[in-house]
Amino acid sequence: MSAEFYYGVEVFLNGLMAGVMYSLVALGFVLIFKASGIFNYAQGVMALFAAMTLVGLQTGQVPFSHLINATFGVHITHFGWELPALVAIFLTVLVMILFAFLVERLVLKHLVNQEPIILFMATIGLAYFMEGFGDLMWGSDIKKLDVGIPQGGNVWVENHTAFLGGDDFYGFYLDTLDIIAALVAIVLVTVLVLFSQYTKTGRALRAVADDHQAALSVGISLRTIWVIVWSIAGFVALVAGIMWGSKSGVQFSLSLIALKALPVLMLGGFTSIPGAIVGGLIIGVGEKMFDFLIGSPYLGGATENWFAYVLALLFLVFRPQGLFGEKIIERV
Amino acid sequence: MLYREAGDFKTSYAEDNQTFPIKFDRYAYYLLLVAAFGVVPFFINDYWANAVLVPFLIYAIATIGLNILIGYCGQLSLGTGGFMAVGAFASYKLMTAFPEVSIIVHILLAGGITALVGMAFGLPSLRIKGFYLAVATLAAQFFLVWLFNRVPWFYNYSASGQISAPERSVFGINVTGPNVDAWAQYMVCLVFVFASAWLARNLTRGTMGRSWMAIRDMDIAAEIIGVNPLKAKLTAFAVSSFFIGIAGALLFTVYLGAAEVGEAFGIQKSFLVLFMVIIGGLGSIFGSFAGAAFMVLLPVLLKNVLVGGMNWPTDVAAHFQFVIVGALIIAFLILEPHGLAQLWRVAKEKLRLWPFPH
Repeated sequence: MSAEFYYGVEVFLNGLMAGVMYSLVALGFVLIFKASGIFNYAQGVMALFAAMTLVGLQTGQVPFSHLINATFGVHITHFGWELPALVAIFLTVLVMILFAFLVERLVLKHLVNQEPIILFMATIGLAYFMEGFGDLMWGSDIKKLDVGIPQGGNVWVENHTAFLGGDDFYGFYLDTLDIIAALVAIVLVTVLVLFSQYTKTGRALRAVADDHQAALSVGISLRTIWVIVWSIAGFVALVAGIMWGSKSGVQFSLSLIALKALPVLMLGGFTSIPGAIVGGLIIGVGEKMFDFLIGSPYLGGATENWFAYVLALLFLVFRPQGLFGEKIIERV
Repeated sequence: MLYREAGDFKTSYAEDNQTFPIKFDRYAYYLLLVAAFGVVPFFINDYWANAVLVPFLIYAIATIGLNILIGYCGQLSLGTGGFMAVGAFASYKLMTAFPEVSIIVHILLAGGITALVGMAFGLPSLRIKGFYLAVATLAAQFFLVWLFNRVPWFYNYSASGQISAPERSVFGINVTGPNVDAWAQYMVCLVFVFASAWLARNLTRGTMGRSWMAIRDMDIAAEIIGVNPLKAKLTAFAVSSFFIGIAGALLFTVYLGAAEVGEAFGIQKSFLVLFMVIIGGLGSIFGSFAGAAFMVLLPVLLKNVLVGGMNWPTDVAAHFQFVIVGALIIAFLILEPHGLAQLWRVAKEKLRLWPFPH
């Protein structure tokens, strides 16, 4: 086998890893969509906000320090202590639960029975709000997130695959972080599936997803379920935020992964958890391979920006419900 | 007292179907036109033109365009930024290729080209709707921006990848380029806004607009009563993109002068125009103006209050603006899903009875 072929395989593997990242974000979307029929545009910003909060808590930043400094003319930035990563993560989870509670109280409660499109626009508003709020609270500078996940090329994989190619092939270059992200995603999905299959709350969640009114009539509180779902989505957002944040720093572009998750959902279907995973992998591999085989040599590169959307577009025309979605989509 | 329809007798169908059936409205409208065309140009200065009036007028055109698609035809689009970019680049290519032709013709042609592109990206709407269509238009947004970034032919192989508007004049008066007067910028935009609003208003209450609204309200029922969904949807995409293209062309040639596609026509622009439509009110021409005015004025106002009044640093004020815009959108959706236009309608109803409410 030539080295060219192995480079192709390496691109493929890296695509798989990128796909896992997309799946993580898409997962949050699917959870909320299943339980409340809301397409939550704010999922990406939630990941950003969670990551910012985590960094802020970990490094002991004073919330709203910018605002306080500007209003009272003082100079405070840090409390002067640093929290261990696990404690900070735990606190961030609490913040996300509080956030879920507030969203239900202040937004969703008032929008029951509105059209999906109105709810979608409300989440866009929510995204704007959180983006500004997060920046106000923790500052808009690019932050370094470090919770102790090792980074950089994985030497073990590199050494153990070098024998495959010829003399000019040095083994597959895979980021340790990506491998860990893949493992975390697998664990997360397993836990979520077990949770929804074998616990009482999980059963209630599935009941709500099936039929709101029937669920209400057997005594399931919709509002509690929504808080739970948004909390879980917040937790998934935190995991996604940690992974993306460790990789490329906590910054505004983190919130744009929400847009990348859209085509993933188109492919996997809006209502399927395995669909989100498989869709993410297909998009990740697809865009990397397309760029490697066709984009870079013939189209001037950077095709990754739009490939996913065009793929989703083609998919929509031929199979609108996605790979695993339920076939209830209204066709025109 | 002043605002009433009593004593305002209509003796022909034309009078009965006019846009402003109440006399007071009609005179207010004429007065506004006189003020806009005859008074403002003499008092306008650079600050007002650049910060408020010109962007307001340009975004009003874009909002009318998007409102036709979302508010009248019910097709959600997130590709506004991309379509504005088409308008801008089309006008740039035309201006540099045919310098002797008037810029007005170029801007109209740019709108026509955008209409064709919009129709092409509107084709998926024949099979899908709702979020799925939103994603399809999102594909248009990213693909178009990528295209204008990557293919040097579009920006005439300039080293920076930017496009900048050459100097052009109408009736011997500069309207683009660096040496342009505030009032000339304003007048060009005003003429286009007036024509667009007039056209949009009359299209939306004619056969075409009625078929759009039928599709919006219930597509299957519309098909049964004989509305051709293919025709209705594609014309909505075409007309909407035409206005958005003109807005993009004006934004680039008259207002910005130079533009970098990712920065000037990115996804943020799509959302901005979408917010204008929501806040103004879906399916209302007046709402388009109100929404555009609101979203243009809000940052200016906040900046003046927060930076000028309270001495906050600009970055904090910018973040605060995000918070306020987000909160306002949610508040509008909860309290008044039909936007400023509905508030205006309610106010008018109240005024008709005032001061005797019974």
